[in-house]
Amino acid sequence: MNVILGAFAQGLLWAVMAIGVYITYRILDIADLTAEGCFTLGAGITCKLITSGCDPFVSTLAALIGGLLAGLVTGLLHTKLKIPALLAGILTMTGLWSVNLRIMGRSNIAILRETSLITMLMEGGLSKNMAAIVSGAALTVVVIAFLWWFFNTELGYSLRATGNNINMIKAQGVNTDTSIILGVMLGNGLIALSSSLVSQFNGFADISMGMGTIVIGLASVIIGEVVFGRRSILNSLIAVALGSVLYRIIIAIVLRLGMNSNDMKLISSILLVIALCLPAAREQVSKVLKNSLRKGGSTNA
Amino acid sequence: MLKLNNVHQKFEIGTVNEKHVLCGIDLHINEGDFVTIIGSNGAGKSTMLNAITGTNMITEGTIIIDGNDVTKEPEYKRAKYIGRVFQDPRMGTASDMSIEENLAIAYRRGKPRTLKWGISHKEREEYKNLLAELDLGLDTRLKDKTRFLSGGQRQALTLLMASFHHPKLLLLDEHTAALDPKTAARVLELTVKLVEENKLTAMMVTHNMRDALRIGNRLIMLHKGRIILDISGEEKKKLNVPDLLEMFKKASGEEMNNDRMQLS
Repeated sequence: MNVILGAFAQGLLWAVMAIGVYITYRILDIADLTAEGCFTLGAGITCKLITSGCDPFVSTLAALIGGLLAGLVTGLLHTKLKIPALLAGILTMTGLWSVNLRIMGRSNIAILRETSLITMLMEGGLSKNMAAIVSGAALTVVVIAFLWWFFNTELGYSLRATGNNINMIKAQGVNTDTSIILGVMLGNGLIALSSSLVSQFNGFADISMGMGTIVIGLASVIIGEVVFGRRSILNSLIAVALGSVLYRIIIAIVLRLGMNSNDMKLISSILLVIALCLPAAREQVSKVLKNSLRKGGSTNA
Repeated sequence: MLKLNNVHQKFEIGTVNEKHVLCGIDLHINEGDFVTIIGSNGAGKSTMLNAITGTNMITEGTIIIDGNDVTKEPEYKRAKYIGRVFQDPRMGTASDMSIEENLAIAYRRGKPRTLKWGISHKEREEYKNLLAELDLGLDTRLKDKTRFLSGGQRQALTLLMASFHHPKLLLLDEHTAALDPKTAARVLELTVKLVEENKLTAMMVTHNMRDALRIGNRLIMLHKGRIILDISGEEKKKLNVPDLLEMFKKASGEEMNNDRMQLS
């Protein structure tokens, strides 16, 4: 039970990261690797500020701003310098490694004895997992509400159309460079925000903690959509958040089955491959089922 | 309304693949003109429309829309003057967005996008009425994603979107070519109706010679990046398809060669 609770807590903490990946991958149709560097960036900024005696709320907000700026760099590289999106993300990600080391000053910062959002909630009498669930859920709900509103504004419409049909939206007079930059910023801002919370839960930031972010994010997005649907924006946002929780539960189960935690990255990659194949596989199965039903019907007749 | 002065368009300049697609187009289109455009494969019909919209920046020459020199303006800035319908029905709408969302996007063509709600109740009513006029059963499907529409429905929707706010120019690039004959006829009928009712200035590329003669008040023929024929008014009304083929032969010294061209 405790394992499931822990997985649930992790899932909610990472849900906003998955939503950030959803924005770039699904809304903008870009596989943005900035996520990897950005995840460390958010955690690094927060832990550095908290150890310097900064207020946890301010430190969390600073992570959001850091993420927005990282997204801005990738967005500018892609739109203004015409560097392919994938490469632009890789460039920012690589550059961020050094930036993160500069910010953190060393490769690992512990904040175990400092006051963080999580410890504040624990002082209120919550267990660590419950503190994570409360803070993760609160942040996720706020982010989903904000994005639901945003993607239903005029500006939100033009962002969605930019990822969906760039020729059409250009013909409607929208500067797609601006849409792309804005979307990439938003996605990375959320990723940094999520990692800020994760680092406060874990009690540390580590230079390599961002490795694998994009795979975990994509796995959450796709598992969520396959299981919970993608009929509307609101449906998708909720599905992705739940997908993040489901991902953690699957990982927890796999670890329980005797896999080593060193195998985590391999497991997440395999999980993403399976998730990516699921929609096609489902179609295949339903086709086979339909065929066998038809055959069965004809023999009966 | 529209002036093209000595417009040249080259692609892949400086490579062995360099192509000179538009070779000095001079064209003046007056307000209210409905121009049909015909020509062989690779004559530059679509390239000319893409030059006007700014999809491709021209290599030489100037483009003036409604008195404004737009030669250097990017596509999204010119969009406020231009309504467009593409050949591929999938091109005209965002397929993962609903009918009403697509309409609302087009309703704000050329305007800055703000943080106001993307669509208002009043608009929704207006869209419903406009869609009901199309008589394609779309007025009850405002929330449906456009990916679920047929090609004809999508082109009709795109036409409606393109004609919002009386664009200075309506550009139609073989917009019925991908449709079955019956649907194509219906969409064409709707096109003529919209252009006449809104008194739009329009340019329509077509592969159907009869349509090119029957519709509009002016016809131009492109060949190898040049305008080789420009007929309007009474003269155009009197023409028939054999005349047109004969004129093409005389002007170009070649037989008309368009694998999609419908002669009758």
